[in-house]
Amino acid sequence: MLDAIELENTVAVSCRGVVKHYGTSSARAQALRGIDLDVHLGKMTFLVGPSGSGKTTLISVMTGILTPDAGKVEVLGFELSALLPSSLVRFRRERIGVVLQQFHLLPALTAVENVAVPLLAQGCASKAAQARSREILVELGMERQLARVPGQLSVGEQQRVAIARALVHGPSLVVCDEPTAALDAGSGRAAMLLLRRIAVKPGRAVVVVTHDDRILPFADRIAYLSDGRVTHVEKLSRQEVA
Amino acid sequence: MLAVALKMLLGDRAKVLGLISGVAFATLLVTQQSALFMGLMVRAQNVIADARGVDIWVMDPSVEYLDLVRPMRDNELFRVRGVPGVATASRFFKGATPVKTAGGKIRNALLLGVDEATWTGVARNFVIGSLADLQRPDAIAIDRYGFAQLWPGEPLSLGKMLELNDRRAIVTAITDAAPAFAAQVIIYTRYSQAINYLPNGRNQLSFVLTTIDAGADVERVAERISQITGLRAETADGFSRRTVSYYLRNTGITMSFVTTIALGAIVGCAIVGLTFSLFVAANLPQYAVLKIIGVTNARILYLVLFQASVIVFVGYWVGMALATSFFHFTSTPTSALRGFFIPWWIAAYVAAGVASFTLLAISASLRRVLLVDPADVFRS
Repeated sequence: MLDAIELENTVAVSCRGVVKHYGTSSARAQALRGIDLDVHLGKMTFLVGPSGSGKTTLISVMTGILTPDAGKVEVLGFELSALLPSSLVRFRRERIGVVLQQFHLLPALTAVENVAVPLLAQGCASKAAQARSREILVELGMERQLARVPGQLSVGEQQRVAIARALVHGPSLVVCDEPTAALDAGSGRAAMLLLRRIAVKPGRAVVVVTHDDRILPFADRIAYLSDGRVTHVEKLSRQEVA
Repeated sequence: MLAVALKMLLGDRAKVLGLISGVAFATLLVTQQSALFMGLMVRAQNVIADARGVDIWVMDPSVEYLDLVRPMRDNELFRVRGVPGVATASRFFKGATPVKTAGGKIRNALLLGVDEATWTGVARNFVIGSLADLQRPDAIAIDRYGFAQLWPGEPLSLGKMLELNDRRAIVTAITDAAPAFAAQVIIYTRYSQAINYLPNGRNQLSFVLTTIDAGADVERVAERISQITGLRAETADGFSRRTVSYYLRNTGITMSFVTTIALGAIVGCAIVGLTFSLFVAANLPQYAVLKIIGVTNARILYLVLFQASVIVFVGYWVGMALATSFFHFTSTPTSALRGFFIPWWIAAYVAAGVASFTLLAISASLRRVLLVDPADVFRS
């Protein structure tokens, strides 16, 4: 119990003075203007703000997909800028899971095969990877859709496959980009309940980028972004989530 | 991960079919044209290769290749026989003439007159009859392709009559002679009879065919013949090479085939390059997702090259199967394309060529895969 409490207080992602520009010279646009933010293990942190506020750029930086122009990003104790490119890719492969807005499932692969990809990328044997993928899909209530390709799945089902793919390898940081954007209110709420139930664990931090005010009660912390800056961070109690 | 790459590839069936068709088309065209070209070049020297028991061909010094004959005086035979190292020297006549059947069918024929004392230079294989049958009056041996040309649909049989330069000839044997360059009817007969069929003025002797003493060096004997007699003497292999070389240098055949082969490769390359580019463009978001998941660029490159290898492998074998079928059905013993085939080395160089041009065609696409920014998936 003490371990769990300690883990929950541990900072999973620490951003200090993070700056990121796009473009060059006259077309140069500043997406992040000195972000300071901590994301804690065992918590679900929402990044909220209008379009162009820098939410997507921030999660790209957190996952090591984009390199900041200035500032320091530490993820799970590793300073990303200090990692070699190959180590960074390996770090992402082993420690980070991502749920993309449009899910971006591989259309030719079945649900099980899609979920197995991160394990295969880690060098896991195909049978073992598929067995683990089946387990997590069953846990997500997808036992009847295991052998279906994305084209045969509803949007909600596709999202569950995307969540399973992000969690199958047991990452310590899960990043979700607009997870309810393609869902109606009921499905969005169900998706967030599912994400909360299965993704949030003492040793894992979950970051959710959203525009959707309806799902804000699911957050433990909400970081409000505007014009490339974190304007304030709000902490919510668990009672509000229930 | 290879299974993932394979499923990604097969997931887009239209493009996969386009890619396989492109590789198969190029393989078919390049293989077929290369084999036809090689077949023609082999045909150009078939009379030399098919001549039984010849070590050295002796000819007038002005003769550059097999089909350009300048007859020599008959006594050159005896001068060649006198050269140390020569075991036997035999007369050989080579000429061309139309032949006519009793039914009025006319075909061009290659008339080869062989010294009846040694039979040096006669066809290696007889299908019906034997050398002894060539000793009968007016006897000729005809190749089975020629028989089918002159008497189409009839089973091979002896006793057929031909008119050859207003003289009578009777088919007493049928050979399996390798086809000549122009795929004429090939007739073997006795030398003495050949010069009666095609009297050619004072000089009749086309070639002197020699065998050498056991243990003698063929190159040295050929050199000695040239020095002593002033005639051109070439080993059978050397004369074959010279004949092929003449056709390569002095006819448009090489340019024609090279152009067709190059066009086949270029068109195939273009089809494969364009289709693969479309395939990669359609799959770029998927490669980007793999990068987000943590698949390295090197691994993605490996996956894309695996996809390309599958295309090359399947396309190559489809094309090769089509090319093989072409020769299987057209290269029957009695067809104009008889003797044409695909040697292993053509199959091997086409495989290497197809793999290389496919790699060249997809190289631009590979660059796009490597440069695709996973952040674009977030931004999209």
